[in-house]
Amino acid sequence: MAAMARPARWHRNISAKVAAIPMIATALCIFIGGTAWTVVYSFTNSKLLPKESFVGLRQYERLWGSSKWLTSIENLAIYGAFSLIFALVIGFLLAALLDQKIRFEDTFRTILLYPFALSFIVTGLAWQWILNPDFGVQAVVRGLGWESFTFDPLYNPDIVIYGVLIAGLWHETGLIMCLMLAGLRGIDEDIWKAARIDGIPTWKTYLFIVIPMMRGIFITAIVLIASGIIKVYDLVVAQTGGGPGIASEVPAKYVYDAMFLSQNLGQGFAASTMMLLTVVIIVVPWAYLEFGGKRK
Amino acid sequence: MTKTPHLLKNSLKFPQPELEPVDTTVAVATAATPTPSGTRSDLEPGPRGRKPARRFSRRNLFIYGTLTLVALYYLLPLYVMVVTSLKGMPEIRLGNIFAPPLEITFEPWVKAWSEACTGLNCDGLSRGFWNSVRILVPSVILSIAIASVNGYALANWRFKGAELFFTILIVGAFIPYQVMIYPIVIMLREVGLYGSLTGLVLVHSVFGMPILTLLFRNYFASVPEELFKAARVDGAGFWAIYFKIMLPMSLPIFVVAIILQVTGIWNDFLFGVIYTKPDLYPMTVQLNNIVNSTQGVKEYNVNMAATILTGLVPLSIYFLSGKLFVRGIAAGAVKG
Repeated sequence: MAAMARPARWHRNISAKVAAIPMIATALCIFIGGTAWTVVYSFTNSKLLPKESFVGLRQYERLWGSSKWLTSIENLAIYGAFSLIFALVIGFLLAALLDQKIRFEDTFRTILLYPFALSFIVTGLAWQWILNPDFGVQAVVRGLGWESFTFDPLYNPDIVIYGVLIAGLWHETGLIMCLMLAGLRGIDEDIWKAARIDGIPTWKTYLFIVIPMMRGIFITAIVLIASGIIKVYDLVVAQTGGGPGIASEVPAKYVYDAMFLSQNLGQGFAASTMMLLTVVIIVVPWAYLEFGGKRK
Repeated sequence: MTKTPHLLKNSLKFPQPELEPVDTTVAVATAATPTPSGTRSDLEPGPRGRKPARRFSRRNLFIYGTLTLVALYYLLPLYVMVVTSLKGMPEIRLGNIFAPPLEITFEPWVKAWSEACTGLNCDGLSRGFWNSVRILVPSVILSIAIASVNGYALANWRFKGAELFFTILIVGAFIPYQVMIYPIVIMLREVGLYGSLTGLVLVHSVFGMPILTLLFRNYFASVPEELFKAARVDGAGFWAIYFKIMLPMSLPIFVVAIILQVTGIWNDFLFGVIYTKPDLYPMTVQLNNIVNSTQGVKEYNVNMAATILTGLVPLSIYFLSGKLFVRGIAAGAVKG
């Protein structure tokens, strides 16, 4: 462990304590205080301004009775499930391809990762343009002679969330690929030699030996993707604005709209508390798996 | 197995004992048991598995072919944006978005930079750009200053309760921002900073703190203890050791932190739209307002020029920094 000249009296280490004030203030006032405040006020009927008139669970009843919120949740579930599966599978496959001691590895990796450097706003606007039915992919394919070709995810309420998914995957798979590549590089070369001597086909080695060994990386990737999914906001705002209608709403946007556009703070607090609950459901088992029983 | 810290530590060259070999033997054992019978006939000569084949083999064709197709797919949006931004509107209406421009014009770029309208303002993206710069510079400096000193205190000058606050900070990184947005609005309003750039700078510093503190704490903890002890014996205090020993030794980690923060803050949309007023909106918010405004005829070439302009800062950082960026996101990966 790190060096410690543990002082006997509190003022001996005063500089460190002073230096830690921003951290302590952030931890207490914002992370604990702010969160608690929002949870408490989600039980009030605050409208334009927060006020302390408690109404029990009424905000939550309204929330779960709102079609916009239900659509948001449904979209989040679809987007989340597909984004998790595709990002993991594509990320792993690309990493496995890049791990074949190929030439130009750096070039390929640079190209696959660059979308991650761009903001969700830029990502959303770029894909909004490519998926534009009048000028984008649909128009180009029709121009080639296939007149009945229809591909307009951003204007079709039934599939709009898949249009967002395409952009989201473009943005994030590079990162997952990088994580997986780091994981693959961590696998001992002897494993491969042993598997080859035993005559195990490459795909079997990956599936039954390498992937189980990369459990930690996979968990990290899943947590990473999952917490990104819950935060999805800018991408939808830029790409579809929640439309057509309310077809591509997501919870984070519901919270923003309730708080800052429709002056319905109570709804915003209740919705954000539900988001917090979702995170707790994801993070607590992970934290238990990763750090459980390791506490000193 | 705690893979997350491993990843982080490896990327920062930590003298951490690897637990991998233990796993290895287990995996070999389990791998060997399911196929006890003689699959030896599979062991034909020739390239197999991961050995690189020098020839222009089918395997290589498959690998390079797939990777090239994927790379083209990933480059496609950037290509389309660039191509669109260099065309005139008539050509866009008639032509194919994938076709290169027949007549290259830089007018959309000029227009995006200095004339595009958001609401009543028609001074283009340049305003958003300068707002973003005014947000970025103090935010990066402040957040890194706070986090590095913090990480240093946590690594070398631990005091009672420090670990507790640090744990809260790291756990807090997983809380959705939406939960903390409104209490911060109230706090900023109380001190009169709501809607100002200073307020936004503080918000960025607060939310950058968990990941940066973790980054610096882990780095400083890897600095040899003897160095620290020697300085203590020589009578150096908290700040002297920080400025004279730790700071000069840890330039790489500062670069990683700067990359992380510059891209993160430049790309931020949520905090910008909440904590600033329209005339102080950062570039991302202004870009969204320009492109998604409902009034007027849509000028796709101007929109795409504006989009590229906004993506230019993080993209240049990405292409210039190379491996350091990857290191930064490997560290940022913990943040989630």
